[in-house]
Amino acid sequence: MDTRFVNSSTFRLALIYMLLFGGSVLVLLGFIYWSTISYMSSQTDNTIEIDILDLTERYQNAGLAGLTQLIDERLARRPAGASIYLLTDRDLAPLTGNLDSWPVSADIRGGWLEFDLKHSHDSQPHRARARLFRLAGGFLLLVGRDIHEFEITRRRISMSLVWALGIMLLLGGAGSVMMGRSTLQRIEAINQASREIMSGDLSRRIPSRHTGDDFDTLADNLNDMLEQIESLMESVRRVSDNIAHDLRTPLARLRNRLEELHLDGTAGDVPDSALTQALQEADALLNTFNALLRIARIEAQDDNAHFTAVDIGALINDVMELYEPLAEDKQLHFESAIRTSLVFQGDRDLLFQALANLLDNAIKYTPAAGRIRLTLEKEDQQVCLRLCDSGPGIPESEREKVFQRFFRLEQSRSPPGNGLGMSLVKAVMQRHHLDLQLQDNDPGLCVSIRFPSTVSA
Amino acid sequence: MRILLVEDDTGTSAYIRKNLTAHGHHVDHVIDGIQGQRLAEENAYDVLIVDRMLPEQDGLTLIGALRAGQIKTPVLILSALADVNDRVDGLRAGADDYLIKPFAFAELLARLDALNRRSDNDAGTTRLSVGPLQLDLLTRVVTRDGKVIELLPREFRLLEYLMRHADQVITRTMLLEHVWDYNFDPQTNVIDVHISRLRSKIDKGFDTPMLQTVRGAGYSLKTPA
Repeated sequence: MDTRFVNSSTFRLALIYMLLFGGSVLVLLGFIYWSTISYMSSQTDNTIEIDILDLTERYQNAGLAGLTQLIDERLARRPAGASIYLLTDRDLAPLTGNLDSWPVSADIRGGWLEFDLKHSHDSQPHRARARLFRLAGGFLLLVGRDIHEFEITRRRISMSLVWALGIMLLLGGAGSVMMGRSTLQRIEAINQASREIMSGDLSRRIPSRHTGDDFDTLADNLNDMLEQIESLMESVRRVSDNIAHDLRTPLARLRNRLEELHLDGTAGDVPDSALTQALQEADALLNTFNALLRIARIEAQDDNAHFTAVDIGALINDVMELYEPLAEDKQLHFESAIRTSLVFQGDRDLLFQALANLLDNAIKYTPAAGRIRLTLEKEDQQVCLRLCDSGPGIPESEREKVFQRFFRLEQSRSPPGNGLGMSLVKAVMQRHHLDLQLQDNDPGLCVSIRFPSTVSA
Repeated sequence: MRILLVEDDTGTSAYIRKNLTAHGHHVDHVIDGIQGQRLAEENAYDVLIVDRMLPEQDGLTLIGALRAGQIKTPVLILSALADVNDRVDGLRAGADDYLIKPFAFAELLARLDALNRRSDNDAGTTRLSVGPLQLDLLTRVVTRDGKVIELLPREFRLLEYLMRHADQVITRTMLLEHVWDYNFDPQTNVIDVHISRLRSKIDKGFDTPMLQTVRGAGYSLKTPA
């Protein structure tokens, strides 16, 4: 049994239920036992009482001789050993009866007593229950019954009660494990779906069996909730995209006016440098809007109609070549190793853009004389593209956040950038169903992209 | 240049007309695709600027109709549809260039210039020459004043493109599209770095700098006077 099961609330609930149920069954069985046994023993005691009553009556009417005669008669009539009679004088010397001597443990003060009886045809001593009665004249009368059968029955009853309890616990335990398992499976299905949703797949839904039971109701409610969250997020995104879209046109107009002033030289006393600066600001703003809209477009797109076979190795060479002079200016140790060929169905421009963004970041954040390495190699049935640098890296807690729009690490506030580069990379990865991971390079960052092996050539 | 502008948005068309006229070009302007087609068929324009979304007949249909009628006037599509796929569709329909709205006027001007010159630039030549600069496409040898200049493959392509469009303004985006053959948005000044490397090779040690930066627009390879 795995610890997850033992730790589950279902298991604990089943255990508590089993203990409660077991306790009540124990009480019930105990009552049955007690009432059966007490009924049986009271039966024995009653017959002994009646016997003694008969005998003392005879003693009063017919004296010692009559009593002896009656005892002998009874002994002759009853099967051997079932009834016990012993009549003694005041010195405990037997006068008549089927006991040879006074039982050792028997008390002579009178009342009920129990003792072991040596049996002629049984190696085991039988248990006997008897009553001692003092007759007038100092005679002692002991009347009893062999309760061996009764003892056997009692033991049998208690044994079967113990067995019943054991079987009940076993069946109950197995049942609760089975019930717990199936409940756990359904809860696990919900958990699994939740984890996938949390890891970013908002379109995922919790499975429902549509039987209308409480789990399905829970799943349906959660799904409705997810639906709302998704549509809220969607509308938030749409709003920001719409803002970008709607502001782009007036911004472009503003930029064009500035450009006209700059080209015509009709700006009057405004210095040319101020105009250029304003133009650059407007361009930066427009670029941010464009990047935002571009990400939105990539995310919205769903058809692969324009996908072509892209040689990833050639793509790496091209992007390396494009950034090589920048890296050289920073005296970075800049190298690539393409150890396998890979042809991947995708959007060549988008993949190039993603690689360029990643490489751009690596160059930007790696200090002078650091190292950047781009590799493409086979790795457990997959092809892995890895970009490792010796820069400051990204703290583990921030790694998910770097993909959020406009998110910038504290340390990265100084170099230029709009905080959209990694969002675009993520959008491109999702568009191609590629898995991108950020890992520690000690020091630095390793970005790895895994390509499915089925399309490797 | 004699330019036909087919654009239904008044703001954009006024802006284009005003600036092109200011630069000494003649601009005819119509607002729908049918009129655009008629004018383009009747007159010999140097370049057409066509919006994609037009009343009566959309831009792509207009271009298709012109190409079917053997009218080979270079066409630049102007569109708010910024997707790479839209771009591919536009070029497939027979357009020669694709510019996304909103755009900088310098970018439009540079592209129109390039389209106009392309029609008189012969693609069949094996030698390009701009002033003292010679580039042999077959032997891949570049010389300035007879002195051999060693270039990396990408620098060679960069110079080839600049020489084919000598004395025109070339924007960074144009370089990315034609020299690097990728349609993407470089985050940093990566193109500038390539240009300055090329510049140090072709201009260093010579009196007149040929590869010049045009502020706010791009670069230009100038023939020394």
